[in-house]
Amino acid sequence: MGGLEKKKYERGSATNYITRNKARKKLQLSLADFRRLCILKGIYPHEPKHKKKVNKGSTAARTFYLLKDIKFLLHEPIVNKFRDYKVFVRKLRKAYGKSEWSTVERLKDNKPIYKLDHIIKERYPTFIDALRDLDDALSMCFLFSTFPRTGKCHVQTIQLCRRLTVEFLNYIIASRALRKVFLSIKGIYYQAEVLGQPIVWITPYAFSHNHPTDVDYRVMATFTEFYTTLLGFVNFRLYQTLNLQYPPRLEGPNDKDQADEAYAMDSESSLEKLSALSASLARVMVPVAEEEPEIDEFPAEGETAEQEEGLRREHEALEKHKRLFEGLKFFLNREVPREALAFIIRSFGGEVSWDRSLCIGATYDEKEPSITHQIVDRPMQPTPVIGRCYVQPQWVFDSVNARLRLPVEDYFPGVLLPPHLSPFVTEKEGDYVPPEKLKLLALQRGETPGNVIESEDESEEEGEEEEEEGDGQEEEEEEEEEGSEEEDEARLKVMEEQRTQGKGWAEVIEVLGCPQKPQVTMGTLDKRRQLPQEEENEAKRLAIMTMRKREKYLYDKIMFGKRRKVREANKLAQKRKAHDEAVKAERKKKKKQGAQA
Amino acid sequence: MAGARGGRRAGMGARAPAGDRAKAGKRPADQQPELQEAESSEELPLFNCPAPSQSAADSGSDPSESEESVFSGLEDSGSDSSEDDASSTEDGQPRSIPKMTQDKSQAGATLQNTKEASIQSQEPKKEDEYAEDSSDEEDIRNTVGNVPLEWYEDFPHIGYDLDGKRIYKPLRNRDELDHFLDKMDDPDYWRTVQDKMTGQDVRLTDEQVALVHRLQKGQFGDASYDPYEPAVDFFSGNMMIHPVTNRPADKRSFIPSLIEKEKVSRMVHAIKMGWIQPRRPRDLTPQYYDLWAQEDPNAILGRHKMHVPAPKLALPGHAESYNPPPEYLLSEEERLAWEQQEPGERKLNFLPQQFRCLRAVPAYSRFIHERFERCLDLYLCPRQRKMRVNVDPEDLIPKLPKPRDLQPFPTTQSLVYRGHSDLVRCLSVSPSGHWLASGSDDHSVRLWEVNTGRCLKTIPVSGVVKSIAWNPNPAICLVAVAVAESVLLLNPGLGDLSVTSSTDQLLSAFSPPEEPPGQPVEWQEAAAEEQEHGLRLRIHHKKPVKQVAWHGRGDYLASVVAAAEHTQVLMHQRSLRLYHLLRQELTKKLMPNCKWVSSLAVHPQGDNVICGSYDSKLIWFDLDLSTKPYKVLRHHKKALRAVAFHPRYPLFASGSDDGSVIVCHGMVYNDLLQNPLLVPVKVLKGHTMHRDLGVLDVSFHPTQPWLFSSGADGTLRLFT
Repeated sequence: MGGLEKKKYERGSATNYITRNKARKKLQLSLADFRRLCILKGIYPHEPKHKKKVNKGSTAARTFYLLKDIKFLLHEPIVNKFRDYKVFVRKLRKAYGKSEWSTVERLKDNKPIYKLDHIIKERYPTFIDALRDLDDALSMCFLFSTFPRTGKCHVQTIQLCRRLTVEFLNYIIASRALRKVFLSIKGIYYQAEVLGQPIVWITPYAFSHNHPTDVDYRVMATFTEFYTTLLGFVNFRLYQTLNLQYPPRLEGPNDKDQADEAYAMDSESSLEKLSALSASLARVMVPVAEEEPEIDEFPAEGETAEQEEGLRREHEALEKHKRLFEGLKFFLNREVPREALAFIIRSFGGEVSWDRSLCIGATYDEKEPSITHQIVDRPMQPTPVIGRCYVQPQWVFDSVNARLRLPVEDYFPGVLLPPHLSPFVTEKEGDYVPPEKLKLLALQRGETPGNVIESEDESEEEGEEEEEEGDGQEEEEEEEEEGSEEEDEARLKVMEEQRTQGKGWAEVIEVLGCPQKPQVTMGTLDKRRQLPQEEENEAKRLAIMTMRKREKYLYDKIMFGKRRKVREANKLAQKRKAHDEAVKAERKKKKKQGAQA
Repeated sequence: MAGARGGRRAGMGARAPAGDRAKAGKRPADQQPELQEAESSEELPLFNCPAPSQSAADSGSDPSESEESVFSGLEDSGSDSSEDDASSTEDGQPRSIPKMTQDKSQAGATLQNTKEASIQSQEPKKEDEYAEDSSDEEDIRNTVGNVPLEWYEDFPHIGYDLDGKRIYKPLRNRDELDHFLDKMDDPDYWRTVQDKMTGQDVRLTDEQVALVHRLQKGQFGDASYDPYEPAVDFFSGNMMIHPVTNRPADKRSFIPSLIEKEKVSRMVHAIKMGWIQPRRPRDLTPQYYDLWAQEDPNAILGRHKMHVPAPKLALPGHAESYNPPPEYLLSEEERLAWEQQEPGERKLNFLPQQFRCLRAVPAYSRFIHERFERCLDLYLCPRQRKMRVNVDPEDLIPKLPKPRDLQPFPTTQSLVYRGHSDLVRCLSVSPSGHWLASGSDDHSVRLWEVNTGRCLKTIPVSGVVKSIAWNPNPAICLVAVAVAESVLLLNPGLGDLSVTSSTDQLLSAFSPPEEPPGQPVEWQEAAAEEQEHGLRLRIHHKKPVKQVAWHGRGDYLASVVAAAEHTQVLMHQRSLRLYHLLRQELTKKLMPNCKWVSSLAVHPQGDNVICGSYDSKLIWFDLDLSTKPYKVLRHHKKALRAVAFHPRYPLFASGSDDGSVIVCHGMVYNDLLQNPLLVPVKVLKGHTMHRDLGVLDVSFHPTQPWLFSSGADGTLRLFT
């Protein structure tokens, strides 16, 4: 009845989206430039809810962007720079073709450059936002800093990446922000907590790269361009928060000689010294005394008091964790990954050195008598020095993750190492917990570690028991060294707590059918008790029968997921059991053979 | 000793070309040191030219010559001369000798340069200096030209002399022992090399050896050459008051250059036109500064609400460790399965591995790949906020009244009636609840006592019993049985004698009605032997009868015939129709929304109907509500065969092909506003599956909350 005829696809979701090609045309950019712009500005495609409607009736596969995003890109000053650059390249090519070298010179002088500062500010309005998005930036920069200086990408980029990552590592050391480390088969994962934000990055092992051919290095280089800018600004700000000089400079007497140097990082040697990670950084003004902000105590009651108590305890644990290696002196053998270990040890307060010929920045010699730990990754140590522990590198990593110095016996050179667990896994109820983790948890609570495993072994193997008891005693001795009387009391308290917790664990184990508690035999359930249980079950089954179709589907899905989880946990537990039995059998066999011999 | 040997080896390479070069260089008569130097430098590359390292030096070469000759040169001519006579190459020799000697003499005594290679100066003949030599480079003793000498490997000769005669190779019949003896005996063995061009052994002179040593050390060939002479400036570096030359200045140095003017004007034009930009002033802001000095937490700066920040990468688990607990390592089968999976489908994108120590961990080959994939994810993947369903599954289960509160209902199987040898297709309970009649595919009808499970009577019939129904009138004891094309009326003769006799009396009063032929049914009296079994009447239809039913008071009997075009009551498959019997018209048509209706039961109060269907649904109709189903219950896994209402208790049951009977509480309230409450209360299992059939019929006891069911396994079961 009157009015204009409504046309299709002129309203609604069809007008909110734009295909990639159209967007490209609108911006008048080549595809490569469009991609680069999207990377820099963080624009990503959107999946419309009704693809056919948005696609004007067609079902062809297309990439859609939000129209708002593209309009947002239209005002970007960098787009003009891209166009300028295109013109510049054209002019340069022409000048080369005509062999007009003066023109070439002049053009090169006027090469259009762009800065990404405003984009960083725009994408990360607050500093915390930037920190939150630092994971990828760090991983990428660490990867690029290991690239060879030939081919693949510009040398300047690689150098810049190296510089920025070294600066970041130095910041982490200075602020003692490292929390977790993990040796994976892919590389080394680190987790640091910077201003309350967890930041995780991965560094590859120090080998040369086998560069794959199916990787587009231009895309990665564009990302790196953005990430280096971001990381530079973040580093600046982080150094500022700690009152460190930003172009970082090492503390020490020769600092004054270099004072006239505008930028310490400009010289290769200073970068190398800095990347040795062995010396602390110079500060803008030397702090008078480290003042830890004490948590004020407010009179509180009930739950809040408990919460506060918990918070305070957590805070204390954290402080203790930060000083994990304080007072220890490490020496790295040349076969261990120097940079990773130096970084970790220094960020927990330890002192570290290495062979002078291995790298610049060694602070003391191998013969130094005050060395407490020497990190060795060889089966044999020819002439061990008395008074220091020779440990494998995993000890450092495991100790950091366990938040305490683990007993070194398991980590002697040539010894079969205990499994290295991921610190990033927090097991929920019903998940499979490896027995090593249980042991570790017990250790963290202050128990002697043998308890869980010893008790079962008692009945089975007397010989083993003795060994384990021996272990337990040693560890106790160690603890006594550390602890004072007050701590003893605290430990008792903790013991009580964890005993109750231990029961909880046992229950979990029972549920999982874990092999850890063989003395719990499956009893036959009392019939009288069973009956109401069954009735309940049946009532539930009937109720499930009456569920609606949609709810039933959801319910089935949830239950399927739960069952799968349990199945997986059971499978792992079974595998472990089989493995343990095999190991035990082997050991028995050996013992027998030994006895016969 | 070692040094000497090294020198010799090098000398062997150097010798032959050195001789050639020497001649070539000296040909032009200038003997200036510069030239020599040039030559020496020219020679260096040749030094490397490979020479066959046969050290077959003729022992015949006389060592005496070297001492006397001041000019080192190739003394091969001398040595050869003695030898070559024997090897019949005399022709070349004399020719070459004179020329060489001339060269040497030309060079003069001042030239100690070894490159002035020449023969010993026995016969200096100056006259034929250039007589026969036309070539600069070739060794004139051998005219073979500049060809690889391997070409002559298989020939006895090595080239041709100037007269075109063959130059034969010296006889080589010495073996390793001879060489060894030479090595031991001959003090000059180390300085003896073979001339490649002539095949002769040549003994190097002291000068030549010295030259070789110098060249080996990278020094200049000429020992007297000093490369570090003090440089004498052409001009003095100081400003002088006088010009260097006395030449008057050019005119062009006084007038402006036109070319330059043109260049400048071109540049000026370009600047005016904006073609040349002035150099951009350097950016003075530092590369990094405090970007977030004034941060505004509320700024969204162009970001819209739909922006989704990139999700973080998943953190690694225990399996990714370089030394994981043993249970996380894949077994052989798992590993194979992992390898056969598509990379996209794999749960882990790596193979868990265990290394004994950190030193053994290799580089991860897919590291760059993974970073790259992350990059692609960041800029190519559409992002979506996915709402995780965080529902406690217990909350999804509807809260139902507890079955215990809804008692009584049958809960356990108490009796099994065995006897039939085939499917028990139908059953019926007597109105008193004492007897049970069942019809089976084994062509028999059995009558049972409910309380004991005893089979009281077996009545054979002529076909498969399709349906059986007990007359609801308690005063009559009569059972209607549908067999093939007829309905049989039986008097089972059970229970109260008066009742059975009254029934017989009633039936004996029957006389075949006088009706016009062509009626659909035909009433017949049973034969005598059938009377003994209790059969009283036979109603013969023309088509197979599917079902029989009595009217509520037992006065009327209805039968259903399955053929489609029949005029009688039809069972419709897609819908149910309600007929008003008195008015004989269709009142309602119910749409059950299922494909095959198998069974039907009416609530004792009459307002509700349930029907079971072969697509495993049970449908409850509330006739007051609508013609559409009030509720569809999908409790059974398989097709429903029978449904039944209890005449007294609010119960209904359904039997299905999956072998189970489900009893539901179906309370109908008198209040019209309250909907019926349907709660399943019990799943009764007992019947076993037989030919994919389970329960075929169910029926309630008329007074007790008991349930009878008949199954394909040939049994009837009582649940109480």
